Amino acid sequence: MKDQNLMYDGTFDGFLSAVFYVFEHQLKAVTIQNEFVMQQGLFSEVEKVITDEAKATRVWKGIKSKLSSHGSYQLYYAFLSEQSGVEALLLDYIKYAFSKGTPVDKDYAHPSVLKIAQIAKSVGREKHRMEAFVRFRLTKDDVYFANIEPDFNVLPLIEKHFKRRYADQKWVIYDINRAYGLFYDLEKVEIVHMDFPANFDFSKTDDEFFAIQEFEFQKLWQDYFKATNIASRKNMKLHIRHVPKRYWKYLSEKQPN
Amino acid sequence: MSFQRTQEKLKILADAAKYDVSCSSSGSKRANTNKGLGDATGMGICHSYTEDGRCVSLLKILLTNHCIFDCAYCVTRKSNDIKRAAFKVQEVVDLTINFYRRNYIEGLFLSSGIFKSADFTMERLVAVAKKLRLEENFNGYIHLKSIPGASDELMREAGLYADRLSVNIEIPTEAGLKKLAPDKKREDFIKPMVKVKNEIIQYKEEKKIIKSTPKFAPAGQSTQMIIGASGENDFQIMQTSNFFYKTYNLKRVYYSGYVPISYDHRLPQIGSAVPMLRENRLYQTDWLMRFYGFEVSEILNEQHQHLDLDVDPKLGWALRNLHEFPVDVNTADKHMLARIPGLGMKSVYKILNARRFRKLNWEHLKKIGVALNRAQYFMVCESNQFEKRDLTSEKIKGLILQNSKSKYQKTLSNQLNLFG
Repeated sequence: MKDQNLMYDGTFDGFLSAVFYVFEHQLKAVTIQNEFVMQQGLFSEVEKVITDEAKATRVWKGIKSKLSSHGSYQLYYAFLSEQSGVEALLLDYIKYAFSKGTPVDKDYAHPSVLKIAQIAKSVGREKHRMEAFVRFRLTKDDVYFANIEPDFNVLPLIEKHFKRRYADQKWVIYDINRAYGLFYDLEKVEIVHMDFPANFDFSKTDDEFFAIQEFEFQKLWQDYFKATNIASRKNMKLHIRHVPKRYWKYLSEKQPN
Repeated sequence: MSFQRTQEKLKILADAAKYDVSCSSSGSKRANTNKGLGDATGMGICHSYTEDGRCVSLLKILLTNHCIFDCAYCVTRKSNDIKRAAFKVQEVVDLTINFYRRNYIEGLFLSSGIFKSADFTMERLVAVAKKLRLEENFNGYIHLKSIPGASDELMREAGLYADRLSVNIEIPTEAGLKKLAPDKKREDFIKPMVKVKNEIIQYKEEKKIIKSTPKFAPAGQSTQMIIGASGENDFQIMQTSNFFYKTYNLKRVYYSGYVPISYDHRLPQIGSAVPMLRENRLYQTDWLMRFYGFEVSEILNEQHQHLDLDVDPKLGWALRNLHEFPVDVNTADKHMLARIPGLGMKSVYKILNARRFRKLNWEHLKKIGVALNRAQYFMVCESNQFEKRDLTSEKIKGLILQNSKSKYQKTLSNQLNLFG
């Protein structure tokens, strides 16, 4: 039998529509790939799957009925990892889930269940880190602005946290790599795309864009960070394990004075 | 708020507060209401870490480092020649709110030196919390220090605005306290603890009947002891700890390895090492007692008064109790699984779940994340590869140490390093 390649638009609904297609046509040897990262096989056929919200919802409902709620969110987390080949793992996981009468998400000795749990864990860890390491800076327009560059697409996962916590201030969290952000306007959170001036430095605060008192609070925070360290207990290995270097460039306490 | 003056004070009063270990911001139930600022439900978040590896989750400062007491172990002691400062109530409020809005912190940890009197000091701590809650509609985490000797009425008010209250007993034994802090009495630490405990119980009871009863210190209370300043052994420390957990329903007891800060003949000299490994072993023991179903007496007792430095306390216990092993991971109950060295509670739950689907073998256990280096000598699974050799504890210990790289190896090694 010939290999079949399905291509979807990169969204979760798109992926679920592709899963629907697989089940509908009872495909055996099949790969599902995001059209933005797709690598064309030379002789294989590519079928573009149209994203269909109704079909996606049916699949998602089916998955939720087969897994515990923990299991279905693990699956969603793993999808957001955007790791290459994750679609194949997810498909395998979903097929296994549908083949069983009881939820399989705790079957840690099954290879794809374990793998999905592990990927979901990394995504969860980065979600948590983004909740910790977002540093808002007050702009001249009275909006608290933060930029991030997470390895995984965690914006959809952190929205609720920030909305609940910062209900009385306007804020933006912008994912530079994926070129989209969340904007909270005191009522609701919306997805936004922004153009930045050529001279905009994401790691610095510039009085062209940011409020004057912003510098003062950053300075106070840096001083606080320094004063709270106990030099005779210094342990950089532990420090770096907790705050990996890739996050440093946007942490105000890690900026050179 | 004058930036420069606040900056100066912050440096002094953060520096003086850093020896307080607690930075926890979890366990409260204060949801954001009426579109206010902040939310203290669920897990706490560490927003940064100091270079010594400790978490920064709260703005931890002293209201003042003026103090009428002269405790030998404390930087803020009266006789210490240091710069003194005091925050105004509004300054602390502004710092907290502005740090919180930038997502630097989960809230405030406010302690203080004692100026004038216990009540005078406590009143100001309460004023900060009250202002944050009532004027700023702040729902972030607030941890207030109970000032020993403060009145019951103030303690009650503190509990209405704070998420957590704590009072440091500082020195694990009464004799040690007498030696190092002659002005302080143990009863003064205990009194606010009793008050808070009783109020928590009372408010919980009332809440069952009247829903609108306000929350009282929803994240409970904690305390801290300094380790290695006054010569007590691990058995004494953990007994004290156990007593506080049981008697006053404490949420946490913290252990703080003494950092030499003074040239006092009663204390370890400046330059002597902070007992970090010992501190770590005490925390491990604390964990075994709170989450792993161990009685303190199983780990520390008259015959065994010191924790091993070369192996963790669970492994130490297992080596002294080989007759309890091997445990069959496919049939043993949770209680016994939790006692296998190398198995954390997360692995225990994974095993309990996974074994419903199939019998687990070494390969499965490894993939699940069990530290087999230690665990393999204490368990059997679906495999005939278990080493049924009758190994002695010494032999097992040797094998495990041979195959592990302790992060504390350097501190442990008593061999001469000739060519280092």
